[in-house]
Amino acid sequence: MELEVIGQESGGGCSSSGCGSTDDQLSHLPQDIVDKVQNHPCYSEEAHHYFARMHVAVAPACNIQCHYCNRKYDCSNESRPGVVSELLTPEQAVMKVRAVAANIPQMTVLGIAGPGDPLANPERTFSTFRMLSEQTPDIKLCVSTNGLALPESVEELAKHNIDHVTITINTVDPEIGAKIYPWIYWNNRRIRGVKGAKILIEQQQKGLEMLTERGILVKVNSVMIPGVNDDHLKEVSRIVKQKGAFLHNVMPLIAEAEHGTFYGVMGQRSPEPEELQNLQDACSGDMNMMRHCRQCRADAVGLLGEDRGEEFTMDKIEEMEIDYEAAMQKRAVIHQGIIEELNEKHQKRTQIAGMSIPSNEPIIPADTRPVLMAVATAGGGIVNQHFGHATEFLVYEASPNGVRFISHRKVDQYCIGNDTCGEKESALDGSIRALKGCEAVLCSKIGFEPWGMLEDAGIVPNGEHAMEPIEEAVMAVYEEMITTGKIDEHPVAMKAQA
Amino acid sequence: MAVEIVDLCVSCWACVDVCPSEAIAKGGKHMQVNAKKCTECEGDFADPQCASICPIENCIVDAGGLAFNPPGSLTGIPPELLAEAMNEIQAR
Ligand code: SF4
Ligand code: SF4
Ligand code: SF4
Repeated sequence: MELEVIGQESGGGCSSSGCGSTDDQLSHLPQDIVDKVQNHPCYSEEAHHYFARMHVAVAPACNIQCHYCNRKYDCSNESRPGVVSELLTPEQAVMKVRAVAANIPQMTVLGIAGPGDPLANPERTFSTFRMLSEQTPDIKLCVSTNGLALPESVEELAKHNIDHVTITINTVDPEIGAKIYPWIYWNNRRIRGVKGAKILIEQQQKGLEMLTERGILVKVNSVMIPGVNDDHLKEVSRIVKQKGAFLHNVMPLIAEAEHGTFYGVMGQRSPEPEELQNLQDACSGDMNMMRHCRQCRADAVGLLGEDRGEEFTMDKIEEMEIDYEAAMQKRAVIHQGIIEELNEKHQKRTQIAGMSIPSNEPIIPADTRPVLMAVATAGGGIVNQHFGHATEFLVYEASPNGVRFISHRKVDQYCIGNDTCGEKESALDGSIRALKGCEAVLCSKIGFEPWGMLEDAGIVPNGEHAMEPIEEAVMAVYEEMITTGKIDEHPVAMKAQA
Repeated sequence: MAVEIVDLCVSCWACVDVCPSEAIAKGGKHMQVNAKKCTECEGDFADPQCASICPIENCIVDAGGLAFNPPGSLTGIPPELLAEAMNEIQAR
């Protein structure tokens, strides 16, 4: 399965007003690409609050093995990237797309991301695309692949007018590759180790070149595996950018023992949020980085960060009556409205950017150090969530240049408001770990106990800005840190380590 | 001579697509090999194709009941470690 996109938890999702600005995300792209991605939830940080995507699980087979994957996907208890509960035939997939597009008018994109490798399932994948390009002409199509069968698939992809392909490229070095891929299936044989990795890498690079030559947009996903490819990913970023990939998405390894993957069982650690962010920053000098990716399941449905798959199981779909023509017209109107709203926001932001700071605000000296803060929000761009209810935090950076979105960090929800909170302690530890590097956490409310633990960890809880817009609240806390002299102290995270 | 797919199969369909004899189909919960059709790929390929792509250890066995992909051979996870991890998880 492709470790792609995400909707691991239900509800929530990041719906901040300015979860990263489109400006810093997409500004250095040519206009034709900007036009292509403006309504794509996975590519545009702004669009992902407004437009919905879905994946259909039609591609079960895979032609390689990754050490972060266990192909026992048919388990509905599991909710992690690549996992699906319902495998569909191409006909069922088309039915599902029609049903979802009729019921979720924000839907713009249909992706095939597994649960295996879509291009290792060419008949199922391409017949799905073929039917969709006829029956749902307004839905964009995209596909994710490990790249092994990519060169031979490019012609066919181009034919279906698929303009977005995601290739997972974890390395360009066969020696490193051998530590990630135990084997590939190639020319009717299982090929192991460095030899197999070398072939995979060659095919990925060739596929990438062929796609960009044809003007097909390519995003590259990489899984950051500490001690294996972490440093090397900067090189990968440089190379794929040079070859024309328009986005590089570095994602953290997910390796829990209970997933039964090689890395999970062998105790390979996942990157700390801080390490991931540092690497993303290191790569972004060179490349557009994608920071809002949620590593979706291969059957995710809805806005990024939410999963409405449960509403669209096959038995439910079969009972739905769909007037596709009417739904398509309705969608066109709604999409137009969203685009207009986005454009308006964009204009406003450009205006604000040109404005001078009002005189009653303190002017922040340009050499003031930046500070990371975490925000608990249930959406709407407002600080409005109880610390204990947050399943993810949005991390912002405040600096003399203003406030910018950095990333979202997932946590285990440590308090679910009943007495099954047996693992409360450890889950709270988990939250605190996820907030590493942040100096404050903004939320609507917070309990006494976590308050103390956060303070001990050097993170200042702040409930004073409940119901305020995130950027303003973050700026206010930053200014307070400056006026109270807190900013001059050592970064708290460092102090805690010392 | 024919190979057999045992109930460890996770129905990923990979073997179905690569079998030159169309000998594999979904039967019940998982894939099954039609012994009359299976040639063990003789005359077509050096290795049985199903066993060359199957990601699950111990899943495909030869006529003598021997696994083509014994424990540890595909995942690289030493069998004792996997057993240990399983026990730990199941004891929760
Ligand atoms: S490429 Fe294959 S082995 Fe790797 S994550 Fe995807 S499905 Fe799993
Ligand atoms: S051994 Fe060859 S012929 Fe027999 S089932 Fe496997 S792939 Fe098919
Ligand atoms: S490749 Fe293995 S696991 Fe997959 S369907 Fe065939 S026998 Fe089952």
